[in-house]
Formats: sequence, structure tokens, C-alpha cells
Amino acid sequence: MTGLDRFLDSFFNLRVAVEYLPKIIDGFWLTILLAFCIILSGLAAGLALAVLRSLGIRPVNWLIIFVVDLFRALPPLVIIVLLYFGLPAAGLSISGFASAWLSLALVLMAFSEEIFWAGITAVPRGQWEAARSTGLTFAATLGHVVLPQAVRMVVPPLTNRTIAITKGTALASVVAVPEILGAAQAGVSFSFNPTPLTLGALAYVVLFFPVVILGRWIETRFAWKR
Amino acid sequence: MTFDDFLLAFFSLEIVGQAWPILWTGLQQTLLLSAIVVPLGVGGGMLLALLSTVRHRLVRWPLMVWVDFFRAVPPLVLLIFVYAGLPFAGLEVSAIGAVAIGFFLNTGAYYGEILRAGIESVPAGQMEAARSTGLTRWQTMRYVVLPQAVRNVLPDLISNTLEVVKLTSIASVVALPELLFQARQAQSVTYNATPIVAAAVVYFLLLWPVVRLLSRLENRQLAGRR
Repeated sequence: MTGLDRFLDSFFNLRVAVEYLPKIIDGFWLTILLAFCIILSGLAAGLALAVLRSLGIRPVNWLIIFVVDLFRALPPLVIIVLLYFGLPAAGLSISGFASAWLSLALVLMAFSEEIFWAGITAVPRGQWEAARSTGLTFAATLGHVVLPQAVRMVVPPLTNRTIAITKGTALASVVAVPEILGAAQAGVSFSFNPTPLTLGALAYVVLFFPVVILGRWIETRFAWKR
Repeated sequence: MTFDDFLLAFFSLEIVGQAWPILWTGLQQTLLLSAIVVPLGVGGGMLLALLSTVRHRLVRWPLMVWVDFFRAVPPLVLLIFVYAGLPFAGLEVSAIGAVAIGFFLNTGAYYGEILRAGIESVPAGQMEAARSTGLTRWQTMRYVVLPQAVRNVLPDLISNTLEVVKLTSIASVVALPELLFQARQAQSVTYNATPIVAAAVVYFLLLWPVVRLLSRLENRQLAGRR
């Protein structure tokens, strides 16, 4: 066999590809499910914390800032490992899926709180004052005047951060979740051939390439008006 | 489980004492690894950013595909692909070699995007003025455009560097004895979750100042934009 034949046989082996494609596809859907869970709960929690912070209760805000800093400073894999391998010591067993979901949702919560908060503070004070003086309540001002402007402003950084954190779903393979990477690695060790990894990488490209392009588009579409 | 049991399982000082020599070597590896992969990524990114100033179609399109491809593939997938896949092609790579290649490709793409945005943020007039004083293209880039470009995107550069340092924790997956890997080792030796908690604390203490600094820089940036 020439070098090229060997290379093709290793990385683009049709027989192996056909055999393991279904597993990779299962992993693909699992990755999407995990990603959706993370995005929904992470963004919701982040927005909730930012709104809570806007109430301006000192001790609460300190706590929020600490929690946000904590999850911005810790590597996501460390949190996943801590939850998955650490919690059983407290008598709480947690599945790999749940630990990956919880960990990445907390990380996304921290980053998105910071971004939402930056957006809220970037809305000029006059907007608050004008809205309040027309008789809107604090909640109505926040919900109908400030947040729509704030959220619009932070769409680009929020999109990019969300994409970056969602790619962390691959970390779930470390705690035995058969998402794309987990399924691919299992395939490699059963078939002694790296083709499943090629498939896995392709699956990620299929999944995230459009998202990255979308991120680029959103960045120009919602560009800051200077 | 009583509170004392909880403390014993997660915050046992005795275990920290036992595990500290192992964790310490891990911390040194993490710092060493960061000192290798950050310059690699910045160098690769600088190369990509400089290439992006070439307006030719044959450079622009491949460059964009390259950057988006490596931003779409999760770093852990890239790392596993290099580490577990390349040996099948007859190329043995050490764990540290695989980490260096994977990080070069992944973080290079991110640094490249940031630096490109920085270069584009420098007004064209700067370039033209510098060229008309007789500076060469290269001198203009080196002494006029790049210093301003880097300053304009400094928060993003620091933020990405923070992410890269956190990301070195995935090297534990290919058995490189950095902080997280050593913490897992210590956990399995001591049958106690404390070493992982200790590792998390070390990461936090190491990176918290950077997170604080970033928070300030980002707020200032946003305030300047409204």
C-alpha cells in the first residue's frame, strides 16, 4: 500500500464509516439536545441574574458578582469533573449528561449575566427617567423600555459567547456521554480505525459551521453604531 | 450525611496536605503549558491577521474557510483527532505535541479573528499617511498599524488568553499531567473529592484577578461606545 492508500484506508475508510455512521448520528442529536438545554437554561438564568442585579440590593449584587466571577474563572471541564466525580462523595450521583448540562449552563449563565448587565448599564439614564416619569412602574420600564434596547445591543457578543460555550458539549465525552465525540471515540476503539473520528469532526463542522457563519453575519448586522 | 462528613469529603485539610505535592507539579505543568500555547496561538493568529490584509481572492477565501473551520471544531475534538488519529497515519505524537498542534490550530484562529478586527479598526488614513512619509508597507504595519490595532482589541486579547489558559485543562484528557489530571490522580489515591475542589480553588485564585480586570475593561469599553 502506498502512503496515500494507507492514509485513505485509515481516515476515510468507507466500510468503517458505514458501520459507525448511525452511532455518530445518534451522537449528533444528543449534542443538539444538550446544546439546547444549555442555551435555554443558561441564557434564562443569566438574564434573571442581570435583572436581579438591576434592583440594586448591595449584598445580593456582591453575591451575583462573586458567582459570575467564579464561573468565568473556572475551566468548564473542571466543573464537569467536580460534579460528576465529586458529588458521589456527598451521596449524590449525577449522570454525565446532567453534570455537563449543569456545568455549561452555569458557565453560560455567568458570561451572559455579565453581557446582559453591560447592556442594561449601557442604556442611557435618561431612558429610565423618562419612562418612570410617564408613570411606568420599575418592572414595566425594565421590561418594555430598557431590556429591549439592552438585549439588542448585546446580541453580537452574546451570540459569540453562546457558540463558544456550546462547543463545550464535546467535554461531555469525558464523563461518558455518547454525544458526537464520545460516540466517535467509542467507534475508534472498537474498529481500530480513526474513521469514526473523521466522521465526528465532520459532524461538528456540519453543526457549527453554519452557526459560526451566522455569528459573523449577526456581528455585522447588529454592529455598534458609533 | 452530617455537615462534618461533608467537610471531610470536600474540604479536608489533611487531604489537601497529602495531595499538595501532586497538585503543585500539576500547577507547574499548567503554567508551563500556558507559556507554550499562548505564544503559539498569538503567533499563529498574527500570521492569519497579516495574511488577511492581503486583498487577493485566492488568499481571502481560503483564509476565511480556515478560520471558520477551526472555530467550528471544538478544541477537544481537534486534540483527540491529533492525538488518537495521527498515529494511524504513522505519525506518533506525544501528548504535549498533540496539545501544541491542536491549540495552535484552534486558538490561532481565534487570535487571528481578534487581531484582524483590530487591524480593520485602524482608520485607512493612518496607513496612507504613514506610507506617504516614505515608510515601507512592512514598517507601516509594524510601527503604525499594529500598535494601535493591538491596543484597540486589548480586552478581547486578554479575554481570549484567559480562555486559552482555562482550556489547558482539556490536556488532562490525553493524560498530560497538568492541574486537573493531577487532581484526578490525587482523588483516586485518596478516595476523596477534596483534591478536585482544591484544584478548582487554585484555578480560581490564579484567574480571578484576570476576570476582575476584564470586567473593568469591558465596562469601560461599553461606556465609551454609547
